[in-house]
Amino acid sequence: MSILLSSDTTFIVQGITGREAVNLTRECLDYGSKIVGGVTPGRKGREVHGVPVFDTVAQAVEHHGGPIDGSVVTVPPAFTKDAVFEAILNGIKLIVVVTERIPRGDVAQMVELANMEGARIIGPNCLGLIVPEVCKMGGIGGPAKDAAKAYAPGPVGVMSRSGGMTTEISSSLTQAGLGVSTAVSIGGDAIIGSTYAELMPYFEADEQTEAIVIYTEPGGRMEAQLAAWVQDNNSRLPIVAFMAGKFMDSEAMKGMSFGHAGTIVEGKEDTATEKIARLEAAGIRVVERIDEIPGVVKEKIGAPA
Amino acid sequence: MRFFEYEARKIVELAGIPVTKYGFCTSAAEARAAAEEIGGPVVIKSQVLTGGRMKAGGVKFADTPEEAAAFAEEILQLEINGHMPRGVLVDPKAAVKQEYYAGVVWDGTAKKPLMLFSDMGGIDIEEVAERHPDHVGRGHLTNLFPIPDFEAKQTIAATGVTGSQLNRATPVLARLARLFRENDMTLAEINPLAELEDGSFVALDAHMEMENEAVGRQKQLLRKELGIAEDDTREDYEHSRFEENVAAIDAADHRGVIQGKDHGFNGNLGLVIGAGGGSLTLTDAVINQGGEPANYSEIGGNPSVAKACGLAKEVLEKDGVEKIAVMMSIVSNTRVDIVARGVIKACLELGKDPGETIAIFRIPGAWEEEGFKILERYGVEYCDRSVSMWEAAGRAVAKIQGAPA
Repeated sequence: MSILLSSDTTFIVQGITGREAVNLTRECLDYGSKIVGGVTPGRKGREVHGVPVFDTVAQAVEHHGGPIDGSVVTVPPAFTKDAVFEAILNGIKLIVVVTERIPRGDVAQMVELANMEGARIIGPNCLGLIVPEVCKMGGIGGPAKDAAKAYAPGPVGVMSRSGGMTTEISSSLTQAGLGVSTAVSIGGDAIIGSTYAELMPYFEADEQTEAIVIYTEPGGRMEAQLAAWVQDNNSRLPIVAFMAGKFMDSEAMKGMSFGHAGTIVEGKEDTATEKIARLEAAGIRVVERIDEIPGVVKEKIGAPA
Repeated sequence: MRFFEYEARKIVELAGIPVTKYGFCTSAAEARAAAEEIGGPVVIKSQVLTGGRMKAGGVKFADTPEEAAAFAEEILQLEINGHMPRGVLVDPKAAVKQEYYAGVVWDGTAKKPLMLFSDMGGIDIEEVAERHPDHVGRGHLTNLFPIPDFEAKQTIAATGVTGSQLNRATPVLARLARLFRENDMTLAEINPLAELEDGSFVALDAHMEMENEAVGRQKQLLRKELGIAEDDTREDYEHSRFEENVAAIDAADHRGVIQGKDHGFNGNLGLVIGAGGGSLTLTDAVINQGGEPANYSEIGGNPSVAKACGLAKEVLEKDGVEKIAVMMSIVSNTRVDIVARGVIKACLELGKDPGETIAIFRIPGAWEEEGFKILERYGVEYCDRSVSMWEAAGRAVAKIQGAPA
């Protein structure tokens, strides 16, 4: 099993004729994903790697002859909100927003509409999600052969604020013989569609998942929300967390942003030190070194070392 | 993007919130004229993008225009926390009956703006929230629909404020909420919001911050209404030459992205690292193993050879840099061979031996076989994904410290 995606998941790519989107389409098709259409206004009638291109999402849905499950949105920041609204109001329930540098107000509007319509947004500023050997939605893991090297099926759910670190961590789990149930690049912005705590119920309900690994950074309150969720829900899943950017706690770095837009220490609750304390108080194991992750996961789920 | 107080007041005024008749002045003569026009005791306030003005002597009270001119002269030359003021604000000394707080911030967890109101204004709201939680009202705002006045009223009433005060404060908070959303602010604060002796409400001080990502679509407000120049970006600190050079190399070529920072770094190990999360992880790994980074950097989005070379050269040319470590988390878009070519080229162009200069090369992923072949030819120590980011960073540190690798 897996979360959010299955072998039957159909999706479209909005902005499919852009350079990055063309690559992403190739990668996803090679991995076995079912891309049933693409949208770029004014480009109806073209094809991208055999995928038909439409002017509107409604045309793509009509051509498909039924509801489409998802959309990968990779259009410029000024047009992203409209593209996401179009997807949601055409019945699409899972939207991966790849675009970065979208103003928060726009992201918050997308999320509010998604909540009203029962849709879920992953991102923005993310690489999407992958179920090893089943489906990948977005650029996560790169070309199919590279994704295959880093992602083997297994019992660990991965959530990460960094797209690259999603693959780095998953690869270390794969190398250690553990593997991944579903890996989600949740995005590096201050406001994102799906936080750790909001995705936890999906992993909780997934029989394949036996443990969770999260990659996190300074900035925001997402870890406090996860800690509260864990304490309130008596989760069956052990969580192992890795916190990057501890160097940002030094006084010289105050107010500076590193890595992602959301990674900035503004208040005392934003610091790595504070977040680690909160996570640990909720029983979440925070490892010091990135290479400790597979070993600690094995220990937690009782797998042979 | 941060605003000076005189700009924040203008923003508040544009939203229909009453302010006192203030004047923004850049000379003592202007300050005298402004004080004359106000006609009565005034406050002279330094216009700087930093806190602690009061303590530093950047706020003074004057009874006459002559005094106002003298204080303005003084404050205009007073540096506060390393900032020279852009001017002074001359404001009538208001007859205040009570001070309130009105603010709007983002609540990232709820993904909605949050209105805050307190009847204990004039002091830091975080302090009030901690010590007197029943004096702080809170209310979330919709992102999609028009903001109704009653939500502001509810937020204010939660602090126990009633009577004409409630009715006067409600439109102020509602307008502040609307301006926050319409102008893409990340912070909009009026503190103090003053109730004057005559019962009217005015904003005595305001603090605004706009989201950088939205600056492009807020041109009307920024350029037309406030007259802020395009190149007046209000960075938190002055960029170093290294930071400027890296930004220039990045801007010169649209392929890929490189970033470099050295604010707060001054070690001997240059870091040519990526991507976003990878750079954070690697910088920690170097520091935690006793290394001293000379800089922070990020490579991403498949840069050209010239770009990777440019970044490596800038790092190598920094004072005190002896070696560089070239490390990334597994790449799927950026090509290993291209980064390898870039960093080797940088060494050669500076007359350095790549095998000696590059302490370690740890970038696994796309085109790694090709990249590793090139590195081998130049005698550069490299490793694939079987060596963790922690271990790679440790090897680089050991090498620069002269310990056996």
